[in-house]
Amino acid sequence: MIACEGLSIRQGQFRIDGISLNIPMGAYGVLMGATGCGKTTVLEAICGLRRPAAGRILVAGEEVTHRPPGARGLGYVPQDGALFPTMDVRSHLAFAPRVQGWPRSAIAARAADLAGRLGIGHLLDRRVQGLSGGERQRVALGRALAARPAALLMDEPLSALDESARAGMITLLRAIQRDEGVTVLHVTHNPIEAEALADLRLTLADGRISG
Amino acid sequence: MPTGRSDREAPGRTWRRAGPDWPFWTVVAAVAGAYLILIVAMIGADAAWTTPGQLWSALGNEEIAFSIRLSLFTCTIAALLSLVVAVPAGYLLSRGDFPGRALVDVIVDIPIVLPPLVIGLSLLILFRLPLPWTGDPPVRLNDVLPLTYTVGGVILAQFTVGAAFAVRTMRATFDHLPRRPEDVARVLGCSRAGAVWRVTLPAARRGMVTAFTLAWARSLGEFGPILVFAGATRMRTEVMPTTVFLELSVGNLEPAIAVSLLMVLLSIAVMLVLRWAGDQGGASHDRL
Repeated sequence: MIACEGLSIRQGQFRIDGISLNIPMGAYGVLMGATGCGKTTVLEAICGLRRPAAGRILVAGEEVTHRPPGARGLGYVPQDGALFPTMDVRSHLAFAPRVQGWPRSAIAARAADLAGRLGIGHLLDRRVQGLSGGERQRVALGRALAARPAALLMDEPLSALDESARAGMITLLRAIQRDEGVTVLHVTHNPIEAEALADLRLTLADGRISG
Repeated sequence: MPTGRSDREAPGRTWRRAGPDWPFWTVVAAVAGAYLILIVAMIGADAAWTTPGQLWSALGNEEIAFSIRLSLFTCTIAALLSLVVAVPAGYLLSRGDFPGRALVDVIVDIPIVLPPLVIGLSLLILFRLPLPWTGDPPVRLNDVLPLTYTVGGVILAQFTVGAAFAVRTMRATFDHLPRRPEDVARVLGCSRAGAVWRVTLPAARRGMVTAFTLAWARSLGEFGPILVFAGATRMRTEVMPTTVFLELSVGNLEPAIAVSLLMVLLSIAVMLVLRWAGDQGGASHDRL
């Protein structure tokens, strides 16, 4: 599960006060809101990249409010994918398991399994330069899921894709979320994405979240 | 009331016709060409003044050979030290959020804008000044770290200026790199140091090559601080610019020109490396 209780974030003039949300374990939550309403800010606070002014953040039942980003058990797909420019696709899929100290054979097996299910098996030895938008997002998704995180946070992961790539990615996201059983918080401003993916729809407006 | 074809055409008749581009390009090329001619003429004049035989004979001189060896050694050490300082300092200035950052930014630039002789003099005074709380007789920094008039002093003088350029280069490199990949690495389990090591530094490698090369080139041309802080003692603290100065001061033009030409060749090599690193780095960023 992913939960926020009374979360307040201040960033210059911008502020979010006392928001709460709760995405049950294994559910696919979609957070919607207009551009600039603070969706990304909330996501970054849950990731630990932004310090909240007040409130609690819980992941898989444990409070992680004051833990560093890497100790929260999360996977993260930012809007542009933010792939690592010097690594090939295989290294992306192996990145988190390697950081978590998995045995080499388990890392290789996990990378091969994920690559097959994400449809990027033929790209494993390719550098990320030159990949299409859809391929890049699949790599970013695989990298985020590789170490079996307790929850997956995605920030507008489909916004840069064309219509056909987006439709394929929606099907893939739903399938892989069910297979992995991971709790998801997906931020978007696109109601079609929300309709297709969400078990739970949340809307952020005027600094408040409504279900 | 405007009607008909003549009214629709009226604005077209009042437009001024843009002239051809060739006068613009002629002026631009003439100005750039004049400067280019100055540079090539200077190097050509050096080459024309001496013969290959004189050049070879000068480079075979034991004292000059020593200064070349010492220059290559001290420049390399100074550039390595510059890089060791520039990577963390550039990262701090680019990504750090702390009070007084603007002031630190200005201080780092001081060696770039200070007259070289003043840098040498300031180093000399720093090493001669009694350390506080050391009693009587006072202990000086040079007593603890004896660098004045030594090879170590040459390296420190070169490092002081070279590091400032390297820090500036690394700061620009980190400014240019997106922060998101590092954030992702942190969320996926890396500490800040781990994320920098695994993700940011590999992406910054071209910038590191540029910073090292720039520091090396600055160190090679450094003269004022070395003269004041490390001296110009033959077969001891004599580097290539010192050789040019010493040979000129006694009227030996051929050896001075020979060393100058060698420095020109080294500078061209450095510029080629810088251009290559810049192209590779730019291409890599463009692809992302």
